[in-house]
Amino acid sequence: MLLPTRGLHLMLIPAVVIVFIYHYLPMFGVVIAFENYDWSKGLNGFWTSQFVGWANFNRVFGDPEFSQALLNTLRISVLKIVTMFFVPIIVAILLNEIRNMFAKRTIQTLIYLPHFLSWVVLAGIITNLFGPDGVINGFRSSLNLEPFNYLTDNGSFLAILIGSNIWKEFGFSTIVYLAAITGIDPGLYEAAMVDGANRLQQTWHVTLPGMLPIIVLQGVLSLGGILNAGFDQIYNLYSVPVYGVADVIDTLVFRKGFQGGDYSLGAAMGLFNAVCGMALIVTSYMLAKKVAHYEIF
Amino acid sequence: MRKHGNLNRSRGYDIFYGINLIFLTLLALLCVAPLLNLLSLSLSAGHYAAAGKVTFWPIEPTTASYEIVFANKVFWNSLGVSVERVILGTSLTLVVNILTSYPLSMDSSYFHARRYYLWYFFFTTLFSGGLIPTFLVVKFTGLYDTIWALVLPGCANVWNCILMLNFFRQLPKELSEAAVIDGAGHFSILFRIIVPISKPVLATVTLFTMVGHWNDWFGGMVYMSTLSHYPLQTYLQSILHIDLTQIALSSVDFRIQEKIQLASSTTIRSAMVFVTALPIMMVYPFLQKYFTKGIVLGSVKG
Repeated sequence: MLLPTRGLHLMLIPAVVIVFIYHYLPMFGVVIAFENYDWSKGLNGFWTSQFVGWANFNRVFGDPEFSQALLNTLRISVLKIVTMFFVPIIVAILLNEIRNMFAKRTIQTLIYLPHFLSWVVLAGIITNLFGPDGVINGFRSSLNLEPFNYLTDNGSFLAILIGSNIWKEFGFSTIVYLAAITGIDPGLYEAAMVDGANRLQQTWHVTLPGMLPIIVLQGVLSLGGILNAGFDQIYNLYSVPVYGVADVIDTLVFRKGFQGGDYSLGAAMGLFNAVCGMALIVTSYMLAKKVAHYEIF
Repeated sequence: MRKHGNLNRSRGYDIFYGINLIFLTLLALLCVAPLLNLLSLSLSAGHYAAAGKVTFWPIEPTTASYEIVFANKVFWNSLGVSVERVILGTSLTLVVNILTSYPLSMDSSYFHARRYYLWYFFFTTLFSGGLIPTFLVVKFTGLYDTIWALVLPGCANVWNCILMLNFFRQLPKELSEAAVIDGAGHFSILFRIIVPISKPVLATVTLFTMVGHWNDWFGGMVYMSTLSHYPLQTYLQSILHIDLTQIALSSVDFRIQEKIQLASSTTIRSAMVFVTALPIMMVYPFLQKYFTKGIVLGSVKG
């Protein structure tokens, strides 16, 4: 193109400035993890607070609550990643068999819906279902069983976390797989039919291999989120009795760093999380590029 | 060949097809069943709801819970904040993202600085300062306890940009080349040619941004110190675990106070949760075709 590029630079100014202030300044702000941050100095406190070296990190790693939170984070996100890996693939394949377009579209509309509801709304719903006065306990009492608070029991709380995460996201996650199935060459199915393959064999030998690149890609990319156990969901559902299994790094940063006002400690935990998270994401991108030739832009 | 295919549709397949259809229908119903329970609870008499007796149909139907919610001034106030936030946040995000995606959709051979800008933005998805430093920057740049804290820091969303720039890249180049010959500059190419033909991706970004702003509760909790500045989701979050009959008791209206006889904390909470989720449920089916289209097109590499 013959136009000068000056106009393009101009267009980028707003985003560059906003991203600098609200993303890059906080990145420089992680220096408070190595300081005894002085709140009264405001942003200048980033540069002028007392330097304390690794002292905040020693506090973090010496804290049994932190190691528990790290373990909980890994446990919850691995369980979520594994369950959310299989369910959407299976549902997408089953959904692809539906020939009646009205039925297919209606089912899709309904299973995508929960993705668009907030965890605050879902926490209200889940409390209605599983709480002490909930519907499930209504059933229990009609069976003359003792009431049971599913939200304050370690085992059932974990099950609710994993289950409600599947309930909310499985439908929406089928979108990429359905798109992958649509992209499969219809000639392959015809060839398989000529060879006498039935529907199951066609699914196994044509549909699944056709989806494989996307399946591998989704699997690899999900590894990047392994430190992200789902703050919104956990924060809105957990309570003191289940902290032992439900407290994750993000909730700990929020409680101790933000609510507790210990900003340097919170920043230290956050920095640990961000550095490990970056290593994981970069690794997953590199793997994705290698195995699935994935490029983001 | 077709005949052969039909032969393959044996009785076994017909049975599978039937079971599959029933299974998926049940799965779809499972996705809305909790919402139906929510609606039934919100319309039921308080003592039945408190005993966990309500499933998918209201028992002793009453609108008392809704009347209590609607008589609450804080509710209307936070609804107003949410509406303001969605309008302001979505327009700001759209403008900034369109302005950002267009330059980044150029070829690097023409726009040499492209790759530096791309990395500048992309790096923010890999590493972040985290909650505390971000909070401090928002606080000390004067955004604290103002609506701008909820709309400005996140308005240059990288994922929206990637979606948009991939869409722009697969548009026919001839359109902008013809406009250049007619003497158009980058701004008029973008707003007169590119934007009008990019409806699917703009609809997708609009939908996601609106839903994101409507659903966000965390920003309100962290950045707002005054109750009257809380968006609806933040307000809802703050009262999720308290006894909501207090809200009715605090009403000066005697008739509202009487409604408590018919409601309970559970039914009032359900009414409020339902009202909060309702706008999403109403808007979303209309935009569905745009977002699937936008996601699929946006992920096609140009």
